[in-house]
Amino acid sequence: MKQYDVIIIGGGITGAGCARDCAMRGLSVLLLEKADLTNGATGRNHGLLHSGARYAVTDSEAAAECIRENRTLRKVAAHCVEETEGLLITLPEDDLAYQAKFIESCQKAGIDAKAIDPKEAIRMEPAVNPDLIGAVMVPDGAVDPFRLTIYNAYDARLHGAEILTYHEVTDFLKDDSGRVVGVRAHNHIDGSDPEFHATITLIAGGIWGTVLAQKAGVNVGMFPAKGALLIFGHRVNNMVINRCRKPADADILVPGDTICLIGTTSTRIPIEECDDIRITPDEVDLLWREGVKLAPSLAETHILRAYGGVRPLVAADNDPTGRSISRGIVCLDHEVRDGVPGLVTITGGKLMTYRLMAEIATDMICKKLGNTKTCETATTPLTGSDGPALKTDSHTRSSVKAAWGRHGSHIKDIRSESTYETSLVCECEEVSVGEVKFGIEQLEAKNLVNLRRRTRLGMGTCQGEVCACRAAGLIAKSNACAESAKKDLASFLQERWKGMFPVTWGTTVREAQYTSMIYQGLCGLDQWAVETSTTRENPVLSKKEL
Amino acid sequence: MQDNNFQDCVKCTLCTAYCPMAAVNPIYIGPKQAGPDGERYRLKDKAFYDYALKYCLNCKRCEGACPSGVRIGDIIAKAKLESGQFRPGLREMILANTDIMGTLAVPFSPIINPVLKWDISKKLMDGVLGIDHRRTFPAYAGQTFTRWYKKHAKKQQDAFSKQLYYFHGCYANYNYPKLGQDLVKLMNACGYGVQLLEKEKCCGVALISNGMGGQAKRQAKVNLASIRKAGTTVLTTSTTCTMTLRDEYPHVLGLDNADVRDNITLALRFLCEKVESGEIKLAFKSDYQKKVAYHTSCHAEKQGSWIYSLPLLRLIPGVQLTVLESSCCGISGTFGFKKENYEYSQEIGSKLFNNIREANPDYVATECETCKWQIEMSTGFEVINPICLLADALDVEATKQLNQVR
Repeated sequence: MKQYDVIIIGGGITGAGCARDCAMRGLSVLLLEKADLTNGATGRNHGLLHSGARYAVTDSEAAAECIRENRTLRKVAAHCVEETEGLLITLPEDDLAYQAKFIESCQKAGIDAKAIDPKEAIRMEPAVNPDLIGAVMVPDGAVDPFRLTIYNAYDARLHGAEILTYHEVTDFLKDDSGRVVGVRAHNHIDGSDPEFHATITLIAGGIWGTVLAQKAGVNVGMFPAKGALLIFGHRVNNMVINRCRKPADADILVPGDTICLIGTTSTRIPIEECDDIRITPDEVDLLWREGVKLAPSLAETHILRAYGGVRPLVAADNDPTGRSISRGIVCLDHEVRDGVPGLVTITGGKLMTYRLMAEIATDMICKKLGNTKTCETATTPLTGSDGPALKTDSHTRSSVKAAWGRHGSHIKDIRSESTYETSLVCECEEVSVGEVKFGIEQLEAKNLVNLRRRTRLGMGTCQGEVCACRAAGLIAKSNACAESAKKDLASFLQERWKGMFPVTWGTTVREAQYTSMIYQGLCGLDQWAVETSTTRENPVLSKKEL
Repeated sequence: MQDNNFQDCVKCTLCTAYCPMAAVNPIYIGPKQAGPDGERYRLKDKAFYDYALKYCLNCKRCEGACPSGVRIGDIIAKAKLESGQFRPGLREMILANTDIMGTLAVPFSPIINPVLKWDISKKLMDGVLGIDHRRTFPAYAGQTFTRWYKKHAKKQQDAFSKQLYYFHGCYANYNYPKLGQDLVKLMNACGYGVQLLEKEKCCGVALISNGMGGQAKRQAKVNLASIRKAGTTVLTTSTTCTMTLRDEYPHVLGLDNADVRDNITLALRFLCEKVESGEIKLAFKSDYQKKVAYHTSCHAEKQGSWIYSLPLLRLIPGVQLTVLESSCCGISGTFGFKKENYEYSQEIGSKLFNNIREANPDYVATECETCKWQIEMSTGFEVINPICLLADALDVEATKQLNQVR
């Protein structure tokens, strides 16, 4: 039986970052994810490359962490980052006095924030509310959390790590001394329950990780807070727009790839609800109303969908009441804290600080294992971000430029020799047959949702109407099973509909009706509909199950 | 973003199904992708402009097909103009500057017309300019329509109590003055005097499609000023000029023409409406016998103007009318003249050419001049504007009497 140095539980950005760091330091690594990479909190946020400015006034330590990581990610994860820069605007109803305090705090934290003339702000970002009375420019940006996670995992694999998705850890294996020596996992694909052994087990599963930790007799207080967001059909802004005031609901508008999104709300929810987040009409109203204050043209912009995630807020350690919440990074050595050797938890933090979290956790693991290699993730570029810029001329197809934006230097692995390979599967997001094949073969997409996260297929304005059946066909070809592809197609469209449902009016309802007319009315796809599992993840169906 | 309704697209792809270019050219990404889909990317970054957009014919059949009213053709035309990647060369300058070429060519038409037919000059234009050697150039007239008008028609016009203006366009002026003459004959017989605009420039459609937006805008401003000054109905005989003046000026060039848009009208529409309301009566020769096949040009399809042409043609007792299935002839103005487009151009038109051969008419009737060149070159059948057909068949004296013209 294979003995790993470390098993990492959780395929979000933290887990993927840890897997890369551990693998780069020469450890043998296994990452287990119960569904797909980014399925939890990672795939359900703003995608904001924080400058830290938002935390400058309230939490200068977090702000300083953010700006350091901001600068690092621009260098080492260039193909996942878009350097848009950000504005913090003061509207007539806001207190302009806050601006001075804000700039001062930013400077203290090392964030380059400078006040600019409101007219200059309008010139730089024509979509901004023209009534603004003040503007500050900060080094915000956009980061694609799917791409960042998937390429961290890919990089980890290139360094020898094994990544197993759809493997849900169900229990910990302990030896006679009470040391955690591995885990048992349920394989959602073939239904088996294999055991894996490792010297150290690292829990990087956010909210879900803490639930699991209880099985090892460890208690970490988590306070999940739900955040809702709206995605718009195209970009109205090319710079991040924030409100210059104490952080509140729906005050960040981020341009991300072809879309822009407004968020977020913040509502405490019980842990049991984390697996089935529903967006309420009140949340949609609030997001829309506040969003229009940042950029008035949002009022006439097609809304693609609404979604929500859970912030993994952690109770500051040693505070059993949970009143004191930390947004900082929490790395727990359960041998010291709870007398459970072999088990480590990394949690808290933010998408922005994932690399630092991984460094901290890996440092702790290496110390336990006696590995002295130092962390290189702050200087070694992520695979994909390690090549030169794409050379284009006037004949370069826009789909090639789009694919380069998504895969960086790995564009060389996307086949484009034949007309078939360059033809498009997803037209809204310009995903070619070659790119879909790359997603299936190199990035290990097993179903349509996997493919969406790896290529943006189905994320565009038609929400899968045009591309879903084409992509299902390509997946069916790759695994020679048409029946599972049909079920996958049905649940993929169901998942898309779930996000559209809270915002079904105007053009969104026309789009949804048209999609249902094709797939339900014309293709009779409802007979293939499958109950979605509690993890809200598309089931990957094995031939055995069918 | 103003006036750009790309987000109304529900991705039904009907536009691409109706696109004549997408049907024959796998390199062309089709109107849905070139238009509303591409617009999202271009909003992100202008560098996402796709060079394949040069294959758009500007036929606007996509807009006719769109159930959501998305102005797909306009979005593409604008993207081409704004991309900066579609720079006109000498060939584009020559093809698009119809006023300059026409003014230069007409005085020398007896020499130029035969020279343009020589194999050697065709080969030369092919090699040097990239204008396909298989293409037949339209012949230039011996004298322009405006010159004829000043000499032979201007004086008589003031005698009419009702007055109209006429935007003749480049084709009637430099290539086929008979069209303008026939319009004057027809309108005069119905009791209307025909005036020319104070200043008329080419409508600019060829400039728009060849990437010369600035010049198109300057010419458009001259035309709009003259049309405003006219202050009454301005008739046109070309569907393309009509569409450009009415729709492309505001949608593509960003020039507001709302105050005069309704004044600009295809002569056939004006006639049809007046005939229906009883204000105009037409009488035709009893011995006029012709088999006519009507071809709906792309811009007639876009504007729905066939709805006026067909009832008028049906008024002529001796006309046996066949309506051909609406499809693009493939030339698309200057597009089909370009060497690299010739094959596509002919392939697109092949269906129409077969339908014409099958109908075997005396005339093919259509309002579009470039369709005329393409169909005549490709099928050998004579193509005629419905205005000329009406004028030829008209019993002038009887019509005058019916309309109480002295």
